[in-house]
Amino acid sequence: MSVQTPERYWWKPIHKAERVWIGLALTWCLVLFIVMPMQHFFGKQNSTGEAYRVDPQAYMQFVLKWTDERKSGDVNGVPVVAVAPGSDAYLLAQMWRFYPILKLKKGESYRLHVSSPDLQHGLSIQPMNMNFQILPGYDHVLTITPTQAGEYSVICNEFCGIGHHLMTGKIIVEE
Amino acid sequence: MAERALERRVCPTTGLTVYKTTETLIKINAVVAIVYLLIGGVMAILLGLTRWPAVHLLPVDWFYRALTAHGINMLIFWILFFEMAVLYFASSVLLKSRLACSTLAWLGLALMLGGSIMVNVMIFGGKADVLMTSYVPLKGHPLFYLGLILFAVGALINVFVFFATLYVARKEKTYEGSVPLVTFGATAAAIIAVSTILHGAIALVPTFLWSLGLIEAPDPAWYRLMWWGLGHQSQQINVAAMVSIWYFLGFLTVGSKPINEKVCRGAFVLYILFINIASAHHLLVDPGVTASWKIWNTSYAMYLAVLASMIHGFTVPASIEAAQRRNGYARGLFEWIKRAPWGNPGFAALILSLVIFGFMGGITGVTLGTQQINIIAHNTMRLPGHFHATVVGGTTLAFMGVTYYVIPLIFRRKLRFPRIAKYQPYLFGGGIALMAISMTFAGSAGVPRRHWDANFSGAVLPVDLGPMAIFMLGVVGIAATIAFLGLFMYILVAVASVFFGKRETGVVESVFNSRRDTVVSTVAPSTHGFDTPGTVMLTLIFLATFAVYFFANLKWLSNVWWVR
Repeated sequence: MSVQTPERYWWKPIHKAERVWIGLALTWCLVLFIVMPMQHFFGKQNSTGEAYRVDPQAYMQFVLKWTDERKSGDVNGVPVVAVAPGSDAYLLAQMWRFYPILKLKKGESYRLHVSSPDLQHGLSIQPMNMNFQILPGYDHVLTITPTQAGEYSVICNEFCGIGHHLMTGKIIVEE
Repeated sequence: MAERALERRVCPTTGLTVYKTTETLIKINAVVAIVYLLIGGVMAILLGLTRWPAVHLLPVDWFYRALTAHGINMLIFWILFFEMAVLYFASSVLLKSRLACSTLAWLGLALMLGGSIMVNVMIFGGKADVLMTSYVPLKGHPLFYLGLILFAVGALINVFVFFATLYVARKEKTYEGSVPLVTFGATAAAIIAVSTILHGAIALVPTFLWSLGLIEAPDPAWYRLMWWGLGHQSQQINVAAMVSIWYFLGFLTVGSKPINEKVCRGAFVLYILFINIASAHHLLVDPGVTASWKIWNTSYAMYLAVLASMIHGFTVPASIEAAQRRNGYARGLFEWIKRAPWGNPGFAALILSLVIFGFMGGITGVTLGTQQINIIAHNTMRLPGHFHATVVGGTTLAFMGVTYYVIPLIFRRKLRFPRIAKYQPYLFGGGIALMAISMTFAGSAGVPRRHWDANFSGAVLPVDLGPMAIFMLGVVGIAATIAFLGLFMYILVAVASVFFGKRETGVVESVFNSRRDTVVSTVAPSTHGFDTPGTVMLTLIFLATFAVYFFANLKWLSNVWWVR
């Protein structure tokens, strides 16, 4: 009984059904474990956590300047930057906006930098549903290759105060 | 004082010795737990009705305030107060021993109570709209952090009382041989609790000092690692406590006993050894931690803690099946299920808890916690979808089920409204299951967790998540309403019985007709070579579901942009 002390010698051989189940469960656990390194080496989607220490305010100043030097038009007052294929793209996640709007090309790869000058934020690209964490003081670098063209929304999915639901942005991917 | 500590009675129903001090502590902790469950529950329905886009009840500031209160009152206060009651029961009552250092137990209770009240005053006063995680550099009032620290110190003291009681029982030879399985499981929970509370202190003490302006802000990445050492490990306390209660309820409702003590106890040891690295699950798409770190830690070192849950997921139903077959329901694969005491809320809660925890919480948890799959899930509503299945459909429902036995045996009151109690687990479990499913779908459609407005009204760059997202949020609202009704029924039965129930004096008769021991087997068990063929079949279905869901997610992942 589970609420009474067991008999004196309870270290007994394991029952057949239990032995079979433990074997199956352990095998499945090992399959799960192997999938992750496999995906790391052969899969196209990985989070490697590449990041560099950065001063939060310096990062913000850099992105503002980077945007000013390259902007080509705007959407609802938010500047648009067309990023050269293969180069670095910068995104500022700030209470409560993603700045600027990035214009990328399908099939090209970019080093997308994202960081915050204030609180923690979340980078959520929709309707793709790709999600990454943004921390102040960490320049998070994602090497991305957009595989479909279209207009994508960026939303914040880490609570960042009263205006959290207003924090949106945009990534435009052209053919 | 010394005599009072030894005051006791022998339970006429179970033959267990119940010490007066232990009984009082169990009662107070259980009642306080239910008060916090009610506060958390009221917050839950307000949140559900706000996320339902057609209703959108709360204004934005109160949404996040209610969310903070919901998380902390439910996940910390309700569950930990109830777990303290479980620890006292598993040590003092099951081992028939006096409680060691009962003065310390009262001090622990006072600290937990004071801390939890302080935290709630801060939250409802609008001084700590930081959500449960209070990720730095988001800052709350210093008393919010201090309240949490005091609560944690109180809990740590009570865990010490538990260990001291184990020692006293051993020394005074109140039992022979090894401790019962339920006590063993509770000990696993208590060991994990020590590690959890230490992580809490490491994360929250510097944060408290920072909120006072004494030191620089803690590093946000460091804080996340340490805080989740508290946040995720505390869930494993819940798992260990819940599994112990599964074994306990199995015994109470159908008279089951563990098939092999070695297997059950070994699985608890796996929890203790491998759960401490679960913090990594929350950092899978974080900057600053490498892929190899993420892969090793997220797998709990090759999923050995998951293995533990899968073992319990087999041994619990197998022990029920074996008991039912002994009780005479041995026909075919599933007569033991068909003829089970479904009208007994203790049994219904046990099975629903097992199924919701395993099939929904477990499968989604391991899948979401796969390093790369986390990219398409992190911070979406798939996460609350997962943990409402584990901690609400699993732990809370199991605690509810055992309450129907605690009331007659510890409070010694006759259960009021048995008909309401009979349907309560179905309504609550059903509501939570539907909510977990709809949250999962909403999350797959891109809806973020902890977010006031999925329509993003007023945003400079408008966002449309599509009709699927909005529809699923509506289902979340409806499901939350159903679950809240189930929760309210539970509180009604518990409060009415404890305060207005007829006193029980002699042997407690169950108000639920348990057909146990009423039939004699007329057919030879058909077992296909196994003693528990029904459970083998069910667990194979489980494994197949698991594999399909896991690989489907890998496929969905392969459709998104390439990223490294």
